[in-house]
Amino acid sequence: MEPSELKRSKDSPNSDESTRRSSFPDEVLERVLSLLKSHRDRSSVSLVCKDWYNAERWSRTHVFIGNCYSVSPEIVARRFPKIRSVTLKGKPRFSDFNLVPENWGADIHAWLVVFAAKYPFLEELRLKRMAISDESLEFLAVSFPNFKALSLLSCDGFSTNGLAAIATHCKNLTELDIQENGIDDKGGSWLSCFPESFTSLEVLNFANLSSDINFDALERLVGRCKSMRVLKLNRSVSLEQLQRLLVNAPQLAELGTGSFSEELTFRQYVELESALSNCQNMHTLYGLWDAKGIYLPALYPVCTHLTFLNLSYAALRSDELAKLLAHCPRLKRLWVLDTVEDKGLEAVGLNCPLLEELRVFPADPFDEEIIHGVTEAGFVAVSFGCPRLQYVLYFCRQMTNAAVATIVQNCPDFTHFRLCIMNPGQPDYITNEPMDEAFGAVVKTCTKLQRLSVSGRLTDLTFEYIGRYAKNLETLSVAFAGSSDWGMQCVMGGCSKLRKLEIRDCPFGNAALLSGLEKYESMRSLWMSACNVTMNGCRLLAREMPRLNVEVMKEDGSDDSQADKVYVYRSIAGPRRDAPPSVLTL
Amino acid sequence: MSTPLEHDYIGLAATSSMERSSEKISSSSSSSIPSNIEDKTTNNPSLNLKETELRLGLPGSESPERKLSLFGKDLETNDKSNGFVGSPLKNLVSGAKRGFSDAIDGSNGNWVFAINGKSDVELGKGAVLASPRGGLDNKTNPQQVRTSVPVMKEVVGVPQSPKPVQDKKNLVPPVNEHASAPAAKAQVVGWPPIRSFRKNSMASNLAKNSDEAAGCLYVKVSMDGAPYLRKVDLKTYNNYREFSSALEKMFSCFTIGQCGSNGDGLSESRLMDLLHGSEYVLTYEDKDGDWMLVGDVPWEMFTDSCRRLRIMKGSEAIGLAPRAMEKCKNQN
Repeated sequence: MEPSELKRSKDSPNSDESTRRSSFPDEVLERVLSLLKSHRDRSSVSLVCKDWYNAERWSRTHVFIGNCYSVSPEIVARRFPKIRSVTLKGKPRFSDFNLVPENWGADIHAWLVVFAAKYPFLEELRLKRMAISDESLEFLAVSFPNFKALSLLSCDGFSTNGLAAIATHCKNLTELDIQENGIDDKGGSWLSCFPESFTSLEVLNFANLSSDINFDALERLVGRCKSMRVLKLNRSVSLEQLQRLLVNAPQLAELGTGSFSEELTFRQYVELESALSNCQNMHTLYGLWDAKGIYLPALYPVCTHLTFLNLSYAALRSDELAKLLAHCPRLKRLWVLDTVEDKGLEAVGLNCPLLEELRVFPADPFDEEIIHGVTEAGFVAVSFGCPRLQYVLYFCRQMTNAAVATIVQNCPDFTHFRLCIMNPGQPDYITNEPMDEAFGAVVKTCTKLQRLSVSGRLTDLTFEYIGRYAKNLETLSVAFAGSSDWGMQCVMGGCSKLRKLEIRDCPFGNAALLSGLEKYESMRSLWMSACNVTMNGCRLLAREMPRLNVEVMKEDGSDDSQADKVYVYRSIAGPRRDAPPSVLTL
Repeated sequence: MSTPLEHDYIGLAATSSMERSSEKISSSSSSSIPSNIEDKTTNNPSLNLKETELRLGLPGSESPERKLSLFGKDLETNDKSNGFVGSPLKNLVSGAKRGFSDAIDGSNGNWVFAINGKSDVELGKGAVLASPRGGLDNKTNPQQVRTSVPVMKEVVGVPQSPKPVQDKKNLVPPVNEHASAPAAKAQVVGWPPIRSFRKNSMASNLAKNSDEAAGCLYVKVSMDGAPYLRKVDLKTYNNYREFSSALEKMFSCFTIGQCGSNGDGLSESRLMDLLHGSEYVLTYEDKDGDWMLVGDVPWEMFTDSCRRLRIMKGSEAIGLAPRAMEKCKNQN
């Protein structure tokens, strides 16, 4: 920028509009705006005025699209010419739990075709719940010479052949992150497709896959990628192999071990412990598949600076967890299985005062005869010891209103409260009352609450509370709850910041659906399945709100008038054309 | 109470009211469910909804955890003397509403696969024992199959009469007491909300030995009439029995769900159609692309050659299950 230009802008403080506008050159504005990373800030900026809108669109390099059908790739490419990184989310979240028909859509290919034409310098692609085929992966690999980072979470439709294409062709790849996908695992040979000259990988996550990979190829790959900071192995990698990898990669910041359970000689154990203790940068630990308690002490040297420990694939007992946590004072995030039971959670409360996030997963969610797992006592114990808790996901088989009230009193800073009482519609097991007061306490006390998942026996009162108090709530998940339309009406009327609402198996009907008429355009999406909504109600909604896509998925053998599964979302791209026959767009 | 609400959404409430009106076997179990729940806290297992589940019968597929008692005797032990394997009676006693019964001939791997619609008619005819391999034709193990039928008849009494059923009503509660309230969970699709990857990892954690090689064999499983397919990892099961229980859990929701989604207007005739309707046959596509009946070959050979599975309606299983089709025709 020219000094004279600067001077000019300083000299004319009282200029009229046009001068004022030109006194702030686009280049300056773009430069300033390029420092803005948050896409919400960018959205706000783009609404200020036309110049700012333009400056923003020219300076944006990353676009986040929360619903791939809310916009078309052409529209995106037209508005943002300089995108280098794209994040796309596709299917409704309930597709993770098999509630969405196969072939529902969210295929990435159309997007890739447009990107190949408009963003040939695309570097990053992060997909969640999208369908991606091997052909698409190959197309991706050959169309973008600068491609650096691929992250696939909860996607499906591809196999390890697609990964092979990526490994073969992406010469500048820094990140390959394959997480929890429906991947067709045809074998581990894809890993050997990375050329010997390839050294740029920083993030490698293949924990999702189960086939054996060629360990020598992996060892060489890790050895030559000196910038590697995240390595998440799959179960087929043994402890002994882990040790060999760590010796060559002490710089790792995040490690996902393979299987943690073979028989080690004493010497092997010592070598493993030594290799781990050299990893001074390690702050995150995953994997630990089938972990045997006796080997956990090898982790102690790493534990002191750990901030995130994911034990959700290691069925540890309470004493094993307690011993481990005694060495993890700095822990901020902890994921465990409920095999640790309440006693294990007591150890969490005792040892991890800095804890901000806790997730407790059920080891045997479908076992009818289970009598252990965690109860309300464990959660309460954690709350006493960890006042900084913000995020909790808790699967349990019993809960009480009093316990939840105590918990939120101890931890008022919750932003994400996801409680899953696994038996649908189960009341407070001591008083036999509905769990209304529990969630009432949550929303009254936790004013920063952004995300809430409710469970247990709930009447409309819960939703009255939510509508009245949860003013910052953005995401709400409801299952087997409520007594009438009034419940949902309270939520639609009261939660002004609501963006995502997903409901299943609740007695909410057309009146409830239509009460949100004004609201759906300010939301990302609404999902209602196994409720009392009818086709007529959906048609009415579609008619009144033309900028919403109202999609109904019918189930075999159901009544013609029932709308079994409804998915409503705002879109500027109009109704989609790739819906399968089971999905009707109204 | 919580469970009745849950019943509504997976259709069991419709079931129990229907059963009361038709006085069928399963009414004994379903109608006793609410009272059991009221008696016990939800902490206590009190409900054997498993008895009302669909069953897929594969070789050796008596589910060991199901307690079975008839006339006060525990039928869990395989009574070899008459080749009776217990499971068909289990369904009879507990009143599996739309259960597949497993008349298993454990020793040689034959299995039969038929819906035990709670109708005495079907049971009386030994429909329960309809073997896709023509088990009633004396082709293989004629002894065991033949002798099971008389046992069935003994128990059932006059095939067409509901009366013997009512006697058994009294016997059902003991069975139910052993059951657990969370049984219903297994029938609800997508609940608890856990991602497939985690579910599959935990399943293989439980099922596999630590020495077992890593590796999995995912095959698609489709069921005629179900809105979507499932995938199973064959490597996580060691035999047909484990496999069959897993499939039962996975697919029971569809048939029960069909009833439930009709709201409150479940007509008796529609329910009858489901109950007396076609038996299901489990088939798979092998490496050569041929559709085969599950259960003929040893388990390891099956997992090696199976590419995908299909739970077919018996009426379609022409050539695979001639007896099954015949049974259909006889009943309808």
